[in-house]
Amino acid sequence: MIWLLQHRQALALALLRLKASPLNSLLSILAMGVALALPAGGQLLVDNGVRLARSSAPAPQISLYLRMDADSAQVAGVRERLAANRDIASSQFLSRDETLQRFKGSEGLRDVIDVLPQNPFPHAFVVTPRDDSPASMDLLAVELRALPAVDHVQLDSDWVRRLDALLRFLKSAVAVLALMLGTGLVAITFNITRTQVLMQRDEIVVSELLGATASYVRRPFLYFGTLLGLLGGVLAWCVVLAASVWLGQPLQEVALLYGLSAQLTTLSAAESIGLVALAAALGWLGTALSLGQHLSRS
Amino acid sequence: MGVMIRFDRVAKRYPPGIDALRDISFEIAEGELLVLAGHSGAGKSTVLKLIAAMERPSAGAVLVNGKNVGALKPKAVPFLRRNLGLVFQDQKLLFDRSAFDNVMLPLSIAGFPARDASQRVRAALDKVGLLGRANSLPIALSGGEQQRLAIARAVVNRPNILLVDEPTAHLDPDTAADVVRIFHEFHRVGVTTVITTCDRTSFPGARSVVLDHGRMVA
Repeated sequence: MIWLLQHRQALALALLRLKASPLNSLLSILAMGVALALPAGGQLLVDNGVRLARSSAPAPQISLYLRMDADSAQVAGVRERLAANRDIASSQFLSRDETLQRFKGSEGLRDVIDVLPQNPFPHAFVVTPRDDSPASMDLLAVELRALPAVDHVQLDSDWVRRLDALLRFLKSAVAVLALMLGTGLVAITFNITRTQVLMQRDEIVVSELLGATASYVRRPFLYFGTLLGLLGGVLAWCVVLAASVWLGQPLQEVALLYGLSAQLTTLSAAESIGLVALAAALGWLGTALSLGQHLSRS
Repeated sequence: MGVMIRFDRVAKRYPPGIDALRDISFEIAEGELLVLAGHSGAGKSTVLKLIAAMERPSAGAVLVNGKNVGALKPKAVPFLRRNLGLVFQDQKLLFDRSAFDNVMLPLSIAGFPARDASQRVRAALDKVGLLGRANSLPIALSGGEQQRLAIARAVVNRPNILLVDEPTAHLDPDTAADVVRIFHEFHRVGVTTVITTCDRTSFPGARSVVLDHGRMVA
């Protein structure tokens, strides 16, 4: 009960200190909000970009070419194995004749094909995997190569690899940005706490002489730093939300010009809570580091 | 009556080798009023600091209620101080807080519920005649009132021991007499009281220990 009471007192004191210097508090919260909004907004843009790229490009597929001498029983065997494979979303069979007719339908190829002595095309399956990540597709391709009567397996995943590499790069860039600005946020709260300790030095000394424990002295500062971080996180969330609303319409217009449909999604509930919680945690960390450094000297 | 405070061959040396106390031994009984007398720099304040564990002895032992405070772990020190009432020579009031909030501070630290704490603060302010100035900032109080405010803060926790450093040093004779009267009142209700002063005649009837350059001379 005493513990709860003292936490309530510490929170009240932290709020009073926030209120006591409103301009300083506001500027600190602004700095933190902007510092957090940049990586959060960057992450949001990357996620939206990936979603748009994936939705506008064809699903990556794997082509299976059977041996030229594969008979209908072997084709049926492959079809059964593909149907039973849980990593495959769907598969489509293209018979030799069907492929030949398709090529004959293409301008310029008909004459070439007509002079060939026999149908040069094998039976084929076009497989759509459930997981289109390059690593999963590679694994599936190895598995499919081992099927009887399969002569050649071709992965149609180059664009997925490129996108994956670009995505990794962008995510790394956002992570580096987040690390740098997160460190900046810790530095901001570290410095604010240092100033607060100097300003409250008399109170700290008197409190210790009257029997205050180290926790009692540290608690209001920790609440103060955590509150600053929390409010900075809320501000960052507001900035990201406002930016996504603001940019949503122009993005949609650009996408339409390219024949795409794009709607900018904003942070999910979990991501929003995560952002605010991370901001509060960074505020707490900066304060804790600063108290460790400065409180013993007060 | 048992022994509340005991100094056993205590010495305190500050760097670079300044002896503030040398081989001091005395006892203070429970409920006793002791006056520590001596000139400036005699070591009186050091005695109070050792009792409150603000300093640790260089040699010997300081026992408070049977506990060797020089050997206390840092985490235990705050709990010792919560049983002490401290009145500092410079009062150490918080000038950005009202008289009421200054007196409330020890109770907040001890975790008293707000309603009980508020009643105690009012009682303590009433005892020293400052209830009508509860909302005043210390800067608006006279020297004597500030001293009385410091006393209210020291006694609001109802401590077993009251340690008072030079309470009448900067007060006019009438105000000083008023402050002395307050300490006598606390002593009468059984609080062990240790008061340092340059002028032991301010506390007639009280046992005194006289220090001179860190040595006990009487």
